Amino acid sequence: MTGTTTDVGTYVYDAPHPHAFTRAEVGWVPWLEPFPEDELTDRHHEGLVDRSRASSDYFRLLVRDPEILRARTLVDKDIFYNVAEGLPRAERELAAAAASRVNGCVFCASVHARFAAHYSKRADLVDLLLDEGVSAELGERWNAIVAAAAALTATPIAFEAGHVERLRDAGLDDLEISDVIHGAAFFNWANRLMLSIGRPIAPAEEAP
Amino acid sequence: MTIPTIDVIDELTGLAPGDPIDALRRRRPVTRDQLQASFDALFAPVDDRDFPLVERALVAAFATRLTADDETAEFYAFRARAADAARTETVLAEASAAATAGPFGAYAEAGLQPENADGRRYEPGIRTRDVLGERLASALAHAHLLTYRPRESDAAALDRLLEAGWSVDGIVTLSQLVSFLAFEQRVAAGLRVLATSAGPTPTHDDQEVSA
Repeated sequence: MTGTTTDVGTYVYDAPHPHAFTRAEVGWVPWLEPFPEDELTDRHHEGLVDRSRASSDYFRLLVRDPEILRARTLVDKDIFYNVAEGLPRAERELAAAAASRVNGCVFCASVHARFAAHYSKRADLVDLLLDEGVSAELGERWNAIVAAAAALTATPIAFEAGHVERLRDAGLDDLEISDVIHGAAFFNWANRLMLSIGRPIAPAEEAP
Repeated sequence: MTIPTIDVIDELTGLAPGDPIDALRRRRPVTRDQLQASFDALFAPVDDRDFPLVERALVAAFATRLTADDETAEFYAFRARAADAARTETVLAEASAAATAGPFGAYAEAGLQPENADGRRYEPGIRTRDVLGERLASALAHAHLLTYRPRESDAAALDRLLEAGWSVDGIVTLSQLVSFLAFEQRVAAGLRVLATSAGPTPTHDDQEVSA
């Protein structure tokens, strides 16, 4: 998708915003010009980590600072994909979706709601989180994870010993609680970044 | 033989080798190393032409003080004072005056209008813009926006940075810096809470038995 440029350099788009939080495939468009794909150097490819990311406007805008993009990408992958031990993937994604729901990142919430639904097979509960927000009734274990993620996402940070106790009572050990902390905290990075440099566009099925 | 370096999360949490939470962190070596690499990429960059180090230090002191009056805010205030003591006092006074609760804001999405919430916005005053310059003042305004009402971030916010002299590359790094700090401050805060309410840490064997 291409936008039109205003005189000072941000793009303008006609594409509609999504209606609300959704598990459908939300699009995303950049406010500023991504780095040109045909000018990418080795340093840029290092920053992108995966060569396939060169086709994404989001990553080619971020690759304007390759070193922080690379470190961010590796933190992201380890927090969510390294499941040799610790919290199940579904619940890391739940923490990500909950943080995104609180901050209001409709794009991030859609991606991680899909992952949470896929890995948990509980699309019904994930949809409740999207529709009702972090006070939705999801069963005690998920409620405890969502409450911890929401408290960590609040400013000032509201995460306290009671959240840790509730997670322990729900059966999480300290490595798993640390995974909740990192998953929710990471989306306080991802949500702000995504919302700062572009905006979501409605899924195809919402088109008038 | 690796060269011992400071680990920023150890600094912010007071963790020492052998602490239970230190042991947990070492079970996620990539996260541990790359969080540090993120800090290094932002505060010891390959080049700082588009976002000078002094400005990075000042924006970091502002953003972390907005988020919490905690060890992380103190750490970045200390570093900012070392870089530019005079402007740090202005930046910290602005942060204290502009600190509020979030996230809040109005959604662009039609179906989320019932969730719109209002709160205190921040606009650097004429005297502040005089002391800090338009570039830095506009960066503080953007940091306040991303910290408290990221859902309201839009093209107009970036136009304002461009008009104040920010390049596209600089805006990308500024966005990364404020957003990274939101992550780092929460990891540190979360681990400090976990450390003071430490429970039994199961070994790998325990986990297999309970699985």
